[in-house]
Amino acid sequence: MTLRILQGPSSMTSDSLSTAPATDTAPLEIPDINLWSGFAATFKRDITVAFRSRGDIANPLIFFLIVITMVPLGISPERDTLALLAPGMIWVVALLATLLSLDGLFRTDYEDGSLEQLLISPHPLYFIVISKVLVHWLMTGLPLTITAPILGVMLSLPNQGYMPLIASLAIGTGVLSLIGAIGSALTVGLRKGGLLLSLIIMPLYVPVLIFGASAVSSASEGFPFVGQLAILGAFLAMAMILAPFAAAGALRISVNG
Amino acid sequence: MMPNSLTLELKDLCCDRDERRLFSHLNAQIESGQVVQVAGPNGSGKTTLLRLLTGISHDYDGDILWQGQSIQRHRALYLSQMLYLGHLPGTKKALTPQENLRWYAGMSTAGKTVTDTTINDTTINSALSKVGLYGFEDVPCYQLSAGQQRRVALARLYLTPAPLWILDEPFTAIDKRGVAELEQAIANHAERGGIVILTTHQDLDTQHFKNIGLRTIDLTDFAGAIEYDE
Repeated sequence: MTLRILQGPSSMTSDSLSTAPATDTAPLEIPDINLWSGFAATFKRDITVAFRSRGDIANPLIFFLIVITMVPLGISPERDTLALLAPGMIWVVALLATLLSLDGLFRTDYEDGSLEQLLISPHPLYFIVISKVLVHWLMTGLPLTITAPILGVMLSLPNQGYMPLIASLAIGTGVLSLIGAIGSALTVGLRKGGLLLSLIIMPLYVPVLIFGASAVSSASEGFPFVGQLAILGAFLAMAMILAPFAAAGALRISVNG
Repeated sequence: MMPNSLTLELKDLCCDRDERRLFSHLNAQIESGQVVQVAGPNGSGKTTLLRLLTGISHDYDGDILWQGQSIQRHRALYLSQMLYLGHLPGTKKALTPQENLRWYAGMSTAGKTVTDTTINDTTINSALSKVGLYGFEDVPCYQLSAGQQRRVALARLYLTPAPLWILDEPFTAIDKRGVAELEQAIANHAERGGIVILTTHQDLDTQHFKNIGLRTIDLTDFAGAIEYDE
């Protein structure tokens, strides 16, 4: 085993980015892989599929709308009470709505065999996962971010809270989608993965919820909120780099089993 | 067009599944121009073997060498020269055959392939007409019959420049004429110097394969004597 590793330094870079074989015994043609073509092809396919099954996309959004509409009815229509609850309420429900949509992220691909095809594509799985997560965010995170201000009005969120609400949700739901991809990838091979998925993902969502909701509530009380947004941004940067790796690894394990 | 000589070498391959030995000490050297049928009864590990060969699964002992190099270490290289068709078609029902194949084209080697053939809409449409889906290019796949959906997946064979084809039960749900055409395509591929490894429970029509080496790897020959640990 050690001998083979010693044969050539470039053979150490194991995954898809390595191209030239180090040994000169049997020269192989180097595949001409454009990193973005796999990304673009998957993005285009997933977006098309998503738009053709609009009912599934509307699901988390409708959940979001219904729960927020219920809050004034269930708690109190008092302006002050609602304004106090609004940041946390909107954030918690956005988080749950995201969680609701996660199970389907890789499930359909797993069931129709396209996940196998993704895994045996010469393209790095990292970019393919990013592309799938991006579609997921465009179909859940973005609509949630756009409708949130309207629900803010319903919950009489103070005026200065709207910008932080939109900004924190835009960044935060991105983090939620990325982290969620790990859980979704880990549970895709299980028949009833829903509960396990929530258990894996929930603890990782807590910091996002804390800083997201705190940005909005600080702002609505007139305090600075840039710090919390910066931390959310840092979460996003880290999740962007690490989560697709973890999800890609988890997918390989799930499909293997 | 294709590299002159290709070899896929299985060296002392052993595979266990749930503490049951599927096969052991499987040695084989598969070369350009060969069609290899993996045979064996249900549950003997045919699909498992094919999945090992694709690199989807790597729970095995032994080595799989493509051109003398381990497929795990030269993954991207190997994958760009391989086509795998599993039990599941890998097509989206919400999409049309054309859209499905466009995705496949993007996912294989970026339209720019090892042999520099570009895959575009013209080649996609001609591949679709070769599998008898002319006129169905823009019909969503959920409106097609099971056999037609299967044919969408089979259309990849006419698009790909990959020299190594790994086909798991390619004849499922295909009508008689389709089977004959598919056998012809497989034979043509081998004649051009490609390699085809397939599983099927149907007898291949030897007439199509008279010019080429049709081999059988019978997994019952390698079926594991259960090895007990001391």
